[in-house]
Amino acid sequence: MTAGDMTKVATTNGTTPSAPAKGANKAGAIANWADERLGLGTTMKKNLRKVFPDHWSFMLGEIALWSFVVVLLTGVFLTLWFDPSMTEVHYDGSYDPLRGVEMSSAMASTLDISFDVRGGLLMRQMHHWAAHIFIASMMIHMLRVYLTGAFRKPRELNWVIGCLLLLLGTIEGFTGYSLPDDLLSGTGVRAADGFMKASPVVGTYMSFFLFGGEFPGDAIIPRFYVMHILLIPGILLALIVAHMLLLVYHKHTQWAGPGRTEQNVVGYPMLPVYAAKAGGFFFIVFGTIALLGGLFSLNPVWKYGPYDPSKVTAGSQPDWYMGWPDGLLRIIPAWETHIFGINFSWNVMLPILVAPPLLLMVLIALPFLEAWITGDKREHHLLQRPRDVPTRTAIMVALMTFYGLSWAAGGNDIIAIKMHLSINQITYFLRGAVFIGPVIAFMITRRWCISLQRHDEGKLLHGYESGVLVRSPDGGYAEKHLPLAEGTAYTLTARDRDLTPETVEEIEASGLAGRQVRLRKLRAKLQEKFYSDNVQKPTAEELHDAQHHAEHELHELESQIENGPNRHGPTPGH
Amino acid sequence: MRLLNRSAGRLSRHRRGPIAGLVVLLLGLLLTGGLYAAFAPAQADTDQNNEELVKEGRELFLVGCAFCHGQNGEGVLTQGGSQYGPALTDVGAAAVDFQVGTGRMPMAQPGSQAPRKEVVYTEEEIAALSAYVASLGTGPAIPDGGLYDTDNPGDLNGDGKQDEEDKVLLVARGGQIFLANCTACHNFEGSGGAMPRGGYAPKIRGVDSKHIYEAMLTGPQTMDTFSDGNIPPEDKKAVIAYLETIDKTPSYSGLTLGGLGPVSEGIIVWLVGIGALVGFAVWIAAHTTRSSKKKDEAAA
Amino acid sequence: MSDAHNNDDHGGELEPVEPIADPGLPEHTWRPTDVDPAKEKRAERQVAGFFGLSAICTFLFLVAYFTLDIGDNWHVIAGFGASTMALGASLGFALLFIGVGIIHWARKLMADHEMVEMRHSARSADEDRETTLQALNDGLEESGIGRRPLIRNSLLGATGLLGLPAIVLLRDLGPLPGDKLEHTIWGQGTKDKPMRIVRDGIWTPILASDLEIGDLVNAQPDALKNPERYGIDPIEVEGIPLQVHKSKASLVLLRMNPDDITPGKDAKGNSRENWDVEGIVAYSKICTHVGCPISLNERTTHHLLCPCHQSTFDLADSGKVVFGPAGRPLPQLPISVDAEGYLVAQSDFDEPVGPTYWERDYYDRW
Repeated sequence: MTAGDMTKVATTNGTTPSAPAKGANKAGAIANWADERLGLGTTMKKNLRKVFPDHWSFMLGEIALWSFVVVLLTGVFLTLWFDPSMTEVHYDGSYDPLRGVEMSSAMASTLDISFDVRGGLLMRQMHHWAAHIFIASMMIHMLRVYLTGAFRKPRELNWVIGCLLLLLGTIEGFTGYSLPDDLLSGTGVRAADGFMKASPVVGTYMSFFLFGGEFPGDAIIPRFYVMHILLIPGILLALIVAHMLLLVYHKHTQWAGPGRTEQNVVGYPMLPVYAAKAGGFFFIVFGTIALLGGLFSLNPVWKYGPYDPSKVTAGSQPDWYMGWPDGLLRIIPAWETHIFGINFSWNVMLPILVAPPLLLMVLIALPFLEAWITGDKREHHLLQRPRDVPTRTAIMVALMTFYGLSWAAGGNDIIAIKMHLSINQITYFLRGAVFIGPVIAFMITRRWCISLQRHDEGKLLHGYESGVLVRSPDGGYAEKHLPLAEGTAYTLTARDRDLTPETVEEIEASGLAGRQVRLRKLRAKLQEKFYSDNVQKPTAEELHDAQHHAEHELHELESQIENGPNRHGPTPGH
Repeated sequence: MRLLNRSAGRLSRHRRGPIAGLVVLLLGLLLTGGLYAAFAPAQADTDQNNEELVKEGRELFLVGCAFCHGQNGEGVLTQGGSQYGPALTDVGAAAVDFQVGTGRMPMAQPGSQAPRKEVVYTEEEIAALSAYVASLGTGPAIPDGGLYDTDNPGDLNGDGKQDEEDKVLLVARGGQIFLANCTACHNFEGSGGAMPRGGYAPKIRGVDSKHIYEAMLTGPQTMDTFSDGNIPPEDKKAVIAYLETIDKTPSYSGLTLGGLGPVSEGIIVWLVGIGALVGFAVWIAAHTTRSSKKKDEAAA
Repeated sequence: MSDAHNNDDHGGELEPVEPIADPGLPEHTWRPTDVDPAKEKRAERQVAGFFGLSAICTFLFLVAYFTLDIGDNWHVIAGFGASTMALGASLGFALLFIGVGIIHWARKLMADHEMVEMRHSARSADEDRETTLQALNDGLEESGIGRRPLIRNSLLGATGLLGLPAIVLLRDLGPLPGDKLEHTIWGQGTKDKPMRIVRDGIWTPILASDLEIGDLVNAQPDALKNPERYGIDPIEVEGIPLQVHKSKASLVLLRMNPDDITPGKDAKGNSRENWDVEGIVAYSKICTHVGCPISLNERTTHHLLCPCHQSTFDLADSGKVVFGPAGRPLPQLPISVDAEGYLVAQSDFDEPVGPTYWERDYYDRW
């Protein structure tokens, strides 16, 4: 199959395209006008009918994109009233229980948006809910990409961009959370001050520079504001554009199936179907966020009151996406080293300054690590089912388990009151569980995937369980296995065999030595572990033999029933 | 039933008609102050009455309380030296009124912390028990109804009269004292919070104002006391006024999810938000129903 | 399907034959709306119906905006703020119905022939690569950057140095820390006028006799409300400076049975025996972990819990850490009473309060 001129034109499995409708002429006229000035015809030729495959899991990233648009729109609305200043004022708005209380202009204007601007509270809540949805959907999108192997060559760089988007989204969320200057956000900023001060050597200097003096200073909110509405959104936007351009250039991955190969992409054209589905989904995301904003309370700052460094509330928590490092911060033992008049605050550095950057680095490195271990340098456009790469799936489940347990630690006080447990016991349990849990999760997931692979192999070789029980003449019962439909069977076999590993013995036998060889040996070892116990898809002969055998057995069973003395079975031909 | 209530959301000023205020005032007086007035120890003509009450209380005490707190409220020590039931000799009537009046006592089983539950004793019995325990020693008396009558805020703005503006001031002051002293354990809207080793600070919403006052005064269970030398009575009233206000205030922002802060918000994001959107995504990408018929291309 | 670009350095075996040949795309099947004009018409009406519903919701949004009050006179529906709820619900459904209508249109009425588009490798064509590489080499060669290391290295060095202005320009973001973290306003009391301890939010001084055993007071230095009494300029304790002082000077006072107290040692190794007044002890309210204010005290055990990360301190035993991530005890403030019997600070804290920082242990130089 050559990929020559066919790249230009998409073909369909339908028949002739529908006849041009009314209105098409008008569109043609506009297109003509634009092309004579912009020359869009060349680029649009391919892209207007660009094909996108259809699957629900391909739309998770779209949730992130659309919620980001909602964040931008609602955010612009909020900037019209929000005053990012720490000047102290006496609140004189509509919310009586805070009447006359001294607070920063930032807090007072947040209250004004909530109580004196119609729809302002809705917009505030929509902005915050949309930000939550943005980060959550980036995470599930990332899980989908990882678990299906969509990060493999040529898409590694898009994976890296995605990781950076997640990081920036989190920072953007934290700066936004801090802006209202209410008690909860101020407590968060206070903790951030503690994190900075715990940094080696330059900690106090960083703190004084960021806050424009001693905590809390008068600079932090205007500075966070500029980061929140200009700097980070600008970078986010640029990275999102790059992410999308690469998506268009690489074309979307697709699931294997009849007619869906590494060389093509099968789906619906950009215009009209995909444009409609994506556009419609934008309205659905927007609408869902509006409903959340109208019906569910989020960050009721008027109840927290203005920030005051001497006040605190039970259940002081960061927003959920900061929950996991906060959880580590809660369960770390009281480790500090005092030596030669200096302090190493391991109890802050490890959970906050080391763990999150480390996890980010691991995430970014995952595609490259896997490619190095497997030695796979081919391009991949067909997705893999999570079960077909058990070790990879198990790695992500282990990371998810670590994340989940740390996250739970971040809510240990809420868990304690809601489940009538002791904070202390939860903490002791989690100190062990964050290490043991991922290991157990890894092992279980791996074995689980392998047994699912075996199940698939069984279906391929022996057919699927039809649910029909037959009794043989000698009284035994057996379930009839029927062969899979051709399309289903093909889909199950449409995956790569594991690359033949270069074994440690082979390298040793070659008699070479040195650093390169040691690395190759390490890789061979890891490769063996990565692939061990994987079930390979059957070869053509194996499949043929097995099918022949199964057919024979089925035939035998049926003829026995037909001819046997005990004719209780179904009558032949029924 | 009025679903759309034009005025319920008002925070303080012009909230109720003048008659409603009077009714509330009268009810409050009847329910709380009245009872107290009948048993106030200072009144000479009720001395005999009080003696009978103490006697009645002692009988109740022997049946319901003495097993843990001792025959004469001296407390019972376990073999390990820890307390089975603490001594009640100097806790005062307010402590009894709180513990029994909120159903915390008698406890279903011995434990570190008594939960709020169904009240076992009648009001008269609680009064008798309180009187008996008060007779054992010193300790705060049951607070006078006027102390937590938030409709009489006093003249806070110093304009010579007591009006709605004073109530606003009282609530705002109460909010600040509440945030400084109470939210650390009981959370920003009184939803409660966790304490060391399985302990917890209970939810304090929907609790009688009298019991809130008594709790501050006596420090039940492991709570600190906020005696009158610590937080003066008028500021205790302010705290109660604030709590009453947030109880009455509608939730401007929608369902509050238990008032527990970011944890419940995170749960909503994932279960409701992401759940609904992924559901929509499944629908958008799902195959539509198919027909066995074929489109007659020639006819089209 | 070929492995021509598979340039791995090992193996090199050809894949065994695929067990099942690709049967190709299944034949297109039609939807009821494609073959049945009645159903097509119905779907069309449904889509228009969704758009109509959206229009109605938009209208309701406008009605809600102009009729429902907020501010100090909220409309309320069933205990909820009517405005936010009505605006959110009407806007939400207005948007949702448009989305649902468009999707319904796409699913039922738009052509749904699956199309096949061929992929191309991400790398450019060999010819293009060679030309580009050639251009790159030519350009570099003509610049002579490889041949003239002097130019190259001095350029790299000079450009690298330009990073310094970028860093130096940030210097005025804030002042240097100096010894600010080592002192609090408690130290500003004098012999004649030692710093009184006042109730937070109430701002009245505290007589030792005011407090009963079991009382916990959230306290502040008197200077925050009476600066003149201590010779402090009032501007030093207003607005932001007030917040700065509070972030270091906040205090919890606790009265316990004097017998329960195990006096520890101060920074110089002397006993803290005289740091309490009849069982009243004063500790910094700022957690030594990352600086949250803590006042969750268990009266029976004198254990103080931080709501942020659950560090627990024993106030009967020099504030030592009994649980959680905090690495240091809570700093204790030595207190006594003044001539009028009010609680006062004997001096400043004898160590920096709040979260640990790198050079913190240098405090003993003062």
